[in-house]
This record gives sequence, C-alpha cells and structure tokens, in this order.
Amino acid sequence: MLLLCILMTTGTAFADDVVKIGAVLSVTGPASFIGEPEKNSIEMVRDAINASGGVLGKKIEVIIYDDESNVNKAVLSVDKLIKKDRVAVVLGPSISGNTLAVMNKFPAAKIPMVSCAAAEKIIKPVNPWVFKVAPSDRFAVQKILSDAKAKGYKKLAIITVSDGFGQAGREELKDLIPSSGFELVADEVYGPKDTDMTAQLTKIKEINPDAIICWGTNPGPAVIARNRVQLGMTTPLYMSHGVASKKFIELAGEAAEGLLLPAGHLLVASQLPDSDPQKAVLLDYTKRYTKMFKKPVSTFGGHGSDSLNLAVKAMENGGSTDSQAIRDNLEKIQNFAGIGGVFSFTPEDHVGLDENAFIMVVIENGEWKIAQK
Amino acid sequence: MTSGLFQYLISGLTVGATYGLTALGFTMIFNTTGIINFAQGEFVMLGGMLSVFFYKTGIPLGLAIVAAVFATACIGGIIERLAIRPVKNASAINLVIITIGISIFIRGVVMLTLGKDTFSLPSFSGVSPILFMGAAILPQSIWVLCITCIMLLLLKLFFDRSIYGKAMLACACEQKAAYLVGISVERMAFLSFAISGFVGAIGGAILTPITLTSYDVGIMLGLKGFAACILGGLGNPFGAAAGGLILGVLESYGAGLVASGYKDAFAFIILLILLFVKPSGLFGKADSERV
Repeated sequence: MLLLCILMTTGTAFADDVVKIGAVLSVTGPASFIGEPEKNSIEMVRDAINASGGVLGKKIEVIIYDDESNVNKAVLSVDKLIKKDRVAVVLGPSISGNTLAVMNKFPAAKIPMVSCAAAEKIIKPVNPWVFKVAPSDRFAVQKILSDAKAKGYKKLAIITVSDGFGQAGREELKDLIPSSGFELVADEVYGPKDTDMTAQLTKIKEINPDAIICWGTNPGPAVIARNRVQLGMTTPLYMSHGVASKKFIELAGEAAEGLLLPAGHLLVASQLPDSDPQKAVLLDYTKRYTKMFKKPVSTFGGHGSDSLNLAVKAMENGGSTDSQAIRDNLEKIQNFAGIGGVFSFTPEDHVGLDENAFIMVVIENGEWKIAQK
Repeated sequence: MTSGLFQYLISGLTVGATYGLTALGFTMIFNTTGIINFAQGEFVMLGGMLSVFFYKTGIPLGLAIVAAVFATACIGGIIERLAIRPVKNASAINLVIITIGISIFIRGVVMLTLGKDTFSLPSFSGVSPILFMGAAILPQSIWVLCITCIMLLLLKLFFDRSIYGKAMLACACEQKAAYLVGISVERMAFLSFAISGFVGAIGGAILTPITLTSYDVGIMLGLKGFAACILGGLGNPFGAAAGGLILGVLESYGAGLVASGYKDAFAFIILLILLFVKPSGLFGKADSERV
C-alpha cells in the first residue's frame, strides 16, 4: 500500500477499552495548509480527552489517513476505515471535492461522517449520515449582505476570481443579491493569475455602485485593494472570508485599511465580549495550539477540533459509542460552542451554523478589528 | 467615459510592459541560438523572488534588485552551460523541450526554498497615484515604462552597433559561417542566456511592486511574452516590446469594454487572426532580410 498511513495506537489498550475514530485529511499535497492544522488539532483534542479519562470510560484511538489532497486516495482511505478498521465515526475529508466523492459510502456502511469541508452540496440535500463543521460560503455572503443592508446600500457590484472558490461565491452572490432586495449592477471576473484589475475596477467606477464585493483568495484581492486606491476610488469594498489571513494585510499594505470582510470568530477571539459563548473556547484552543505546535492558529485547524469534539459530545449525550447512536445524537446537539461557531443541529440541518458563524471585521492600522454594527 | 478609456490605456500599457520585457528576453536567445527559451518567464519570476529574498535580509532595495538581477544573469549562464551546451547538436525542438524542463525545475526549486506564498516589494517612489486627464497613474508604472524603453534602446544599440551584438546575430543566421569567420558560437550562446536572464530579472524586479510575485508567476508571463513576440514578429526587439504593449492594451480594453471573463481569450483571438493574415508578425521581416 503506497498510502502514507499515520497510525496512532494508544499503547497497550485492549480493543474493548478503546473507541476507534477514523479521519481522512489532506495532510500533504496542495491542500496541506488545510489538512495539516486539522490533523494537529485532532491529535491535540484526542490527547486532552484521553488525559481526562477518555469518553464513557474508554480511550479514544484516532486512525488518520493522509489523502494527499487526492480524490482517489480519499476514496481508498474511507474504504479502509469502513471495512478494515471498522471505526465508529469518520472525520473529514478536508476538502469539498474529496468529501463529495466519498459521502455516498456512509449510508450503506451505517457510519456517520463529520466533514471539515465547506461546500453547500455536502449537506443539501441532507444525507442522514453526513454532517459538516465548516460554515458554507453562503453564510459569508449573507453576513456581508446584512451589513450592506444595515448601511443602506442599494446598488452592489461584484468582482470574482474565475476559480472554484470564486465561481461558487459568484453563484451565491448572484442568487442572494437580488433576492435580498439589492440591485446587482456589475458582475466582473478576473483570472487567478491576473496581476492588474484596473480595467474591471474602472468599469465598476463608471457604474458607481454603493459598494463592491470581491470574492477570491490571495493574491488577487490584494491587487484589487491596491488598484482601488490607485484609481482613487472611495467606494466601500467587501472582501470574502477567503482572505482572512495576515498575508492579505501584508500584501495589500495600506490599501487594506478600512476594508470589511466576514471572518471566523477565531481571528478576533481576544476582542470578543466576555459574554460571547465562544470566547473561552477560542482562547483556550489558541493557547494550547500555539504552545504545542509553535504555529499560529487557523480556521481550518478549528474545523478539525470541532469535528472530533462534536463526535465525542454525541457519544457522551447518547451514552454509547455505537455508530447509529452517534449519528442520532449528532443531530440532537444544541448550542455547542465550537471554534467555527455555535452548533445547533437538526434532522434537516447538518451544518448547524448560520451567518453568525461569521463576524464582520474591518482592517485598521494593519490589524483586524470587530466592525461596529 | 473618456477618462475610462484613457484609464484602460494606462492599465494596458503597464501590463503590456510586463509582456514586452519578457518578450525581449525571448528575442535575445532566439536571435543567437534560434531556440525559444520557455524558461524565460522563470527568469522574470526569479528577478522578483530573489529581489524579495535579498530585500528581506535587510539590504537596501536598490542593492537587493541589483543582486537579484546579477544572480539571475548567472543562473541564465549556468543553464546554458549545464543544460543546453552538452546537447547542442540536438535539433531545435529538443532544445525547446529542454527549456520547458528547466522552467519546471526552477519553479520547483524556488517553491521549496523560497516558499509558496505571494510576496510584494515597496514601490520605488511612493504609491500615491498621479492624476492625468482623469486617469490615475502609479509612479511605479512610469518607472516600468521608462525602464522598458531604456532596455529596448540598449538592446537595439547592442545588436546594431556592438561587435558582440552583430556576432550574436550572425550565430543565429548561420552557425557554420559564424564559426568560419572566427566567432565563438558557444560563447555567444552563453552570453545570450546571461543577457536574457538579466533583462528578464530587471522586468521581474521592477514589476513586483505593482503585480506582486510568487514562484508560479512565470508560467503565464512566459506564455504572454511568447505571444507578444509572435505578435510583434519573432527576432525583432522592437517588435517584441511593441507586441507586448499592444497585447496588454488589447486585454485591458477587452476586459473593460467587452467582458472581463474573456480577457485572456480576447488577446489570443487577436493573435490568431493576425497569424492568419500576417504570419511573420506585425513588425517581422522575412528571414533572409534579417542579416
């Protein structure tokens, strides 16, 4: 087997004393920036739970397979977890493509899966055995539009990147902007490798919308932020959660000042009011993660932590480590404060989050600040 | 609307200068060895990435760029020595494929050593735009356009006036005859790779403050630069630079006036039409006249 298997066996524990949990993550390959922090977080959470006595008196054993960001390897790994390792629940995969490729195996196996990927298609229509912890792009769009509505904007322009992330965002924007009572006045596209977007922005400038929404990941949005300043535009610019990293501020420099974007609460954990249910969880996670791995935390690691914590919570609530019981109790979890948001699942809602998974932040003096409502 | 049209032109010229500078490098090597060096985009990338790397070590920006440019010129020379010279008797198409291999190799090495992130450099003279006829121009764009013109002029002088330049042209024209009149074809090929690394790296370094850089910017730049070469007429430095500018302006108007989603397609469609009508390019001449 060419698969790089990372087997974590907890010493001499007997089969009856452990509950086996599987995970398929993109630890290496192009999506390693997602999979690696997820793996780290899952191991960190596992150690913490085992150190405090495990779940229902049993130790947790997590079997992590690396799918190398490759869809075929993800399928093989899931087969192995279901048939050979006979795990109680599967965490991951890390990315949407891999999740969509494997999710139909779970109803037949009667094992629940908690995906760390974001695509809306994972939970719509609802597959009874499939859950996800990453908030949908749609929530980020809704968060931006709520903010635009509060500010009284009417005419909106969008500029999106022509890759998977940008086009998924464009679909949501084109759907939600008119249905939320806005007018979509410009729909511009740029290539992921483009280095100058002044042509698109000049066109938008002439249409003069109330605000612009840009949907992409670095470096495109940084170029757009710079081009906007270069053209002397003062139209408010919203970015997507795809640039919620320090790298964006570094690349856009002064041009990033005053830009608004929806981001996970983790980004501004220390600024949250003490009444926020997530604050303690986020600060504790950040402290432990940075201490253990000497790396900054990321939203992705949060998904890993949430997936394992939710699975364990379902076991505790149901008093059973049986797959069917885990599935039934995942659906019943209410108001669980995780890293990605406060989860409340129902039989119809298998992500358990809404637009409040995001918080509007503004860039001020090169730092993230919670935007005033 | 007029201010918009003018803005498109300015944007197009800035981007076009990128393609033009890449195209100049293609011309250098083609004029001497008759091969298309598909690692040219990588030279531009190296100029940008090495500038960032040197600048991060704390030395002044100007010095960092000079260091990066010379390093890239050396890399150009080394590539000729290690990858092109040992197989110099191979056909041109084999050599072209070797350059594609080199480009993948350079990209891989840069990715592993300097990282996968995107980087930026500070502008040479501020970021506040100059307003001119309702259009905003970045000081850096003026730098880029001026340096492109200077490079073009120098290359023109080099090929027309200097003995080395003429010797290089002779090599491309007829290697055997060049040998017979005492030109060291090997040294000329070496020099052409070094100079093209030099030209490419300058382009990469002066563009980075506007366009940002990462290990993989060379692919698209190489492709567009090659298209600019073809558009202007292969082998003509003036044509290469002009081709780049025309390509950039076409893209900019295409994106602004037609549809931004088809930006890349727009420029290439014009290129295809031109190749059907005038296969030697806008400023190209027939082979026999190039001596």
